[in-house]
Amino acid sequence: MAFDLIAFYVFAAITVLGALAVVGQRNPVYSVVAIVGSFCGLSGLYVLLDAPFVAVVQIIIYAGAILVLFLFTVMLLNASREDGAEWDRSHPYYRPGPTRLGGVLAVVLLGQLLWAMSRIADTGGIGEQQPAASSVRLLGRVLFTDYMFAFEVTSILIIAAMVGAVVLAGRKGN
Amino acid sequence: MSTSAFDAVVPVVCVALAGLFAMLAEAFRGKTEKMPIGGLAIIGLLGSGFASILLWDRNASSFGVVTADNFALFVNLILVVVGVLTVLFSSETIERDGIPAGEYYALVLFAIVGMMLMAQSSDLLLMFLALETMSIAVYVLTGLRRDQANATEAAFKYFLLGAFASSFFLYGIAFIYGVTGTTHLERAGAAIAAQSMADSPMLLIAVGLLIVGFAFKVAAVPFHMWSPDAYEGAPTVVTGFMSTGVKAAAVAAFARVFLSALGPLVDDWTPVLWVIAVLTMVVGTVVGVSQTSIKRMLAYSSIAHAGYLLVAIIAANDVGKASLLFYLASYAVTNVAAFGIIAMLGSKDSANDELRDYAGLAHSHPALAALLTVFLLSLGGFPPTAGFIAKWYTFSAAVTEGYYGLAIIGMLSSVVSVYFYLRIVVMMYMTERDARPVPPPVPGIAMAGLVVSMIAVLYLGVLPAQVIAWAEQSIATIF
Repeated sequence: MAFDLIAFYVFAAITVLGALAVVGQRNPVYSVVAIVGSFCGLSGLYVLLDAPFVAVVQIIIYAGAILVLFLFTVMLLNASREDGAEWDRSHPYYRPGPTRLGGVLAVVLLGQLLWAMSRIADTGGIGEQQPAASSVRLLGRVLFTDYMFAFEVTSILIIAAMVGAVVLAGRKGN
Repeated sequence: MSTSAFDAVVPVVCVALAGLFAMLAEAFRGKTEKMPIGGLAIIGLLGSGFASILLWDRNASSFGVVTADNFALFVNLILVVVGVLTVLFSSETIERDGIPAGEYYALVLFAIVGMMLMAQSSDLLLMFLALETMSIAVYVLTGLRRDQANATEAAFKYFLLGAFASSFFLYGIAFIYGVTGTTHLERAGAAIAAQSMADSPMLLIAVGLLIVGFAFKVAAVPFHMWSPDAYEGAPTVVTGFMSTGVKAAAVAAFARVFLSALGPLVDDWTPVLWVIAVLTMVVGTVVGVSQTSIKRMLAYSSIAHAGYLLVAIIAANDVGKASLLFYLASYAVTNVAAFGIIAMLGSKDSANDELRDYAGLAHSHPALAALLTVFLLSLGGFPPTAGFIAKWYTFSAAVTEGYYGLAIIGMLSSVVSVYFYLRIVVMMYMTERDARPVPPPVPGIAMAGLVVSMIAVLYLGVLPAQVIAWAEQSIATIF
């Protein structure tokens, strides 16, 4: 139990600090790297929640595929360091009205979070729910029995997308 | 599992195999070798149509998520007709615009796979996958002419808005799953009916999200913004294909979800659809009148037709039920053929789709002008064409159900729409041709397709009883 608790706090700290670093960085490349770190922390939390499949998917798809795309885009656009002096204070978003609305929304969000957290404490936490509902073995079994046809249709979907990508991006002339 | 367990997917598999073979044929083709890939597509489609006829009245079901009830089979047959006509009209466009044939036919066939599955799926999750398969193939077909800026723009707009609408649809499915614990239509419908959850806000949110998703795909106002641009930018043959096939599949799925699973909530969604249908009919016709490009004008006309189809869904009594499928059949044949003719008249450099390009067409292409006249009259709802019977059934169904306002607005808007259909006819017959180059002659096989469509339009207009009887049997299977 103690180990669980320590691991939870470590992963939670990684997640939150990573998220803060994303916002705090001036250099967009560092921001992307920080969000990868944050996602790794999240996937650790998923492992603790008995959801290994979601954890692996989080790493492979989000941290692996999507954020690498982000990184490429950021580098290709050659986005330089964000310069504090360039912030446009005359933008409509900085007028008093929108700023106050933002403040109110932030308070509402905080209230919701606190309310949700108090409710979770009432129901006794997540540990008592059915374990391993999303374990890889069960998921695979469902995928290849109940959802077998849907799985096969996905292959047609991917073929159509691939042919489309080749047609739109491929050879010219010929 | 015996072999009969796979019966329900045979029509889809035929088309999917044809699509895969079309890809392989293109891959193994010599550089200068010509291959009749279009013929391969037609064989696959006819096989699928044949399978659909054999499965009639058997209520086959496979994997628990695919049904081949008569409703789905009727829609399958409409899609087969649309597919075959599209392939017949395509060969000239492909050669003229230098479109890669194998990929083109493969994408058309994969889109039809998605369409058929949309009509056949009895599970929302599968319906979503089918919708995406169809949509992705059609996005690409829209942007096939990469060297033209407006084609790329159209494809990009269509893709972005379509992806947005798909997420609405998916979110709606998630809410349905959240409320009922299943994505299967029958079980979800049973759960909704049993627990009388009509007032559950979650369920109403789900209904709203699903309406947005479907209304986008059928191009109903106010979710129609993409369609004039996409229809104008796409190659004209593809425009014909997507204005009929996509619409038929989306309307079929719309009807299946709303009339069967969400039937208990009919009082909640009818007012919403009423407003959407009225807006769609009015905006489609009024904006259509002011267009000078024929492709754009027919795009607005097909928006208005989506409105009439929604009327048929709302007025789903005993008459209205059959009118939905009959309307779909007559609209599909007519519209795909009308766009086919416009595609023949285009050239490599320009689509020749301005109204003045049709001046004096009756002198240079008397046969094409006559055929186009028949199709336009059918779209406008003149007797003795299919469009007249379809509109008559739909509006009389609306009147029988007490939706007088809907019927009156529908009739008025179709009277206004006659103006823009007849404007083309007047242009063709009563205006002198100026010194424009005469469009090339039409290949025989496409001409055959047009003549067959014309016979079908007149047959449905003069002797509709048999097809209406089939339509009644079909829709009886979903509710």
